[in-house]
Amino acid sequence: MTDGATGRARAGAKTVADLLRRRGEQIAQRWADLPFFQAVFTVTRDEAVEACHAVVDSLSAVAESGRVDDLEAPGFQPIREQLIAMTASRARSGLSTAQVDREVGALREAALELLAADAPEEAGEARVQLVTLFATLRVMVVDTMLQENQEIVLRQRQQLLEMATPVIKLWDRLVAVPLIGMLDSARSQVVMENLLEAIVEHKATIVILDITGVSTVDSLVAHHLMKTVASARLMGAECVISGIRPAIAQTIVQLGLDLGPVTTRASLADALEWALERREGRDLPTRGNP
Amino acid sequence: MNHAAQESIRVPIRKDTDLTVVRQQVRALAQRTGFGLVQQTKLVTAASELARNTLLHGGGGAAEIRVVHGQAGAGLSVSFVDSGPGIPDVDLALSDGYSTAGGLGMGLSGSKRLVQEFEIESGPDGGTRVTVTSWADPYSVGHGVR
Amino acid sequence: MTSSSTIPVLDLGGLLLVSIQGELPDDAAVSLQKDVTAAVANTGSRGLIIDISALDMVDSFLARVLAEVAASSRLLAARTVLVGMRPAVAITLVELGLSLPGMDTARTVTEAAASFGVTIEQTDRPGRGTS
Repeated sequence: MTDGATGRARAGAKTVADLLRRRGEQIAQRWADLPFFQAVFTVTRDEAVEACHAVVDSLSAVAESGRVDDLEAPGFQPIREQLIAMTASRARSGLSTAQVDREVGALREAALELLAADAPEEAGEARVQLVTLFATLRVMVVDTMLQENQEIVLRQRQQLLEMATPVIKLWDRLVAVPLIGMLDSARSQVVMENLLEAIVEHKATIVILDITGVSTVDSLVAHHLMKTVASARLMGAECVISGIRPAIAQTIVQLGLDLGPVTTRASLADALEWALERREGRDLPTRGNP
Repeated sequence: MNHAAQESIRVPIRKDTDLTVVRQQVRALAQRTGFGLVQQTKLVTAASELARNTLLHGGGGAAEIRVVHGQAGAGLSVSFVDSGPGIPDVDLALSDGYSTAGGLGMGLSGSKRLVQEFEIESGPDGGTRVTVTSWADPYSVGHGVR
Repeated sequence: MTSSSTIPVLDLGGLLLVSIQGELPDDAAVSLQKDVTAAVANTGSRGLIIDISALDMVDSFLARVLAEVAASSRLLAARTVLVGMRPAVAITLVELGLSLPGMDTARTVTEAAASFGVTIEQTDRPGRGTS
């Protein structure tokens, strides 16, 4: 950029800053009726107007600093939190990132019209600056939403991992762990750790691992199941795997998987029967049954 | 492997009791680096196996423990260095059940399964350097799996 | 180092109980192996209970010592039960490829004793290793 161009850009940005300051009230009043503000601040209109003012002031400060294309401009700082809250609210209403982006884009019109009315002779460069400023605002909003989405995805993955293994106490020292869905490496690891912790917590001597809800059993899943059974045994608890559907039994045979010494039963009921018989035979000190 | 080293400890391995020191140091640093209990135990066990190898096969040496940072977050890298005869056939030594010192033959091959990265450098002129790296959160989904 | 381990071997109504307390250096493990085997032979016990609930790690060396103690005891007609292994230790041993198929296991000393028909007046003691 030449010195002349830089000078013109700066002057244009200054014009924009002045416009936003002078016409702040009018812009805020018009924005308050646009969906991006109106749909978020539903209690009173004053609330919406106040939020609009905060955005106008912030944009004015950014223009004043001449950094209209800079996402990191300090002028944006005061409204960052507010924008995060507003976009989150719009997203909760079911709007996509693109739809919110369009709503933010609609804010530009009011400012452009007032610029044309107030300063027709300087409009050229100031218009460029104003358009850039609103483009930056849009990028900021979209970026905020993407970050928020990313966090939601991470949170949900984490929740899925944690929800993955409910441990059900069936009887004194007898617990059942129903497995549901896909078992990838990360989930299998969490399942195994939770199950072994449950053995300690419930003083369990027998664990029924029910795989009725597991969608596919491949060699990886079979391997994880066997490792879980072996670890439980080392801790002094016996495992029985139940819920082996006919299709899964066939897959296991066709893949040539050897479940080795693992006890298996077709249904949870069969496994429970086995467990209760096993318990009788274990010559445990007689304790009150629940 | 280009993990920027931050914190580093060197433990000599000259006698039986040094293995205890290696285990304690690895455990302490793993705890400080945010390892979950299972990850800690796996790394400490691998370190114990490899430190014993260094003592029995390498005629002694040292363990270098350092905190590393990679794409998966923070981790611990432990190198076992000796100037012994070296390992003539690394592939063979890494197979299950291979034993020269009367163990269960699970030392080298087993430790490999306990860590995320495993590297052996052994020259024809002797000397071995085994480096293992483990991440605090190997199933990194942004937040720890514990 | 003397050849005698510092780990006491207790007689529990005809059963031997060994509680390993914390960190066990290799030479201590070897002398433990000698002492325990000698105790089994001397007492003619039919059962040996090894409590490892205090251990936060078992590597292949210690696993071999434990398996050998069980094997020698079997020759002397005593059955060995390993008690109180922590979850993280169990996962690690299995990953190492050592699932100790020849050894009996139990959650607690009480349960192990019960499997010999011996009742211990004691609440369950899962040791410190509950996590």
